[in-house]
Amino acid sequence: MVTELLSSPLLGIVLTLVTFRVAELLYRRSGLVFFNPVLVSSCVIIAVLKVSHISYADYSNGGDLLLFLLGPSVVAIALPLWQRREQVLKRKLPILVGVCAGALASIASAAGTAWLLGASPEVVSSLVPKSVTTPIAIGISAKIGGLVPLTAALVILTGCIGAICGPEFCRLIGIRKPTSIGLAIGTASHGIGTARALEEDRLIGAVSGLAIGLNGLATAVFVPLLWLLFGWN
Amino acid sequence: MLQGLVLLFGFQFIGELLARLLDLPIPGNVIGLAMLLLALAGGIVKEESITEASDLLLKYMTLFFVPAGVGVMLYFDLIAREWLPIIVGTVVSTFVVMAVTGWVEQLLGGDGD
Repeated sequence: MVTELLSSPLLGIVLTLVTFRVAELLYRRSGLVFFNPVLVSSCVIIAVLKVSHISYADYSNGGDLLLFLLGPSVVAIALPLWQRREQVLKRKLPILVGVCAGALASIASAAGTAWLLGASPEVVSSLVPKSVTTPIAIGISAKIGGLVPLTAALVILTGCIGAICGPEFCRLIGIRKPTSIGLAIGTASHGIGTARALEEDRLIGAVSGLAIGLNGLATAVFVPLLWLLFGWN
Repeated sequence: MLQGLVLLFGFQFIGELLARLLDLPIPGNVIGLAMLLLALAGGIVKEESITEASDLLLKYMTLFFVPAGVGVMLYFDLIAREWLPIIVGTVVSTFVVMAVTGWVEQLLGGDGD
């Protein structure tokens, strides 16, 4: 019956693949960075689900399968890291200090801004890992009492901001070296920003990809340490 | 390809297992990433054996984010209630991180590139 097909993983997978494919074509053909494929696909799928009264639970039967593949994708970041080990080791100090500064700036500015504007504690916790790639951010959020799906959503939003205006913003504020731009985009906006960085320049993209892993590690280490240090929980 | 996928899933599994057994605060997939790097450095895993599978997953990584983006619909109420700190916090923090990271790297960068 048709209703059985609705709760099959096929629905979520087909809907996501078709929408993403069209969104990607729109992005390439238009050349407009505002048509970020992740942003456009997410909005279109939400609209389709709302209009057709398909529940999120039905969608996620298939969506979760695709989301699950983020896990091995994080492990796969070992490859670009390994391939660029010489470049990375040569510049390890600026890269490591830059990522650590960025990770701390991210934790402090996200939590600080939200707290000042009166966010509830769960929302503040959900915001803290927003610059980190989804699978790592989800783990951190859960450990500090954040709302995991909200964190996942904010990670996407953050990624889209970096993808839409990261390179332009960096140039505007005087960040000009390819390695600096790449590190800034990857540290702030993980994989989604990196996809845009790869379109800009190979070196920018490579360093951005590296920053996903490094910031993931840095934030995953800093957050529990800070929470332990300040006794938050 | 299959060998690469086996290795990637295998290392993720090892990472998740270690994270749980040792009660580590770091997510299992990050531990898997670190273990795989160590295995590459130690010559236990050859780069060629993971190239195809890794490149495939990394190429489509943005696609895997879409279901997470759709998940935002579950939190429309919460976001509507606290939209100001959520939106301003996310936007401000994203730009702060880019500025701090880029400036620090550039200032310490020397002329290495």
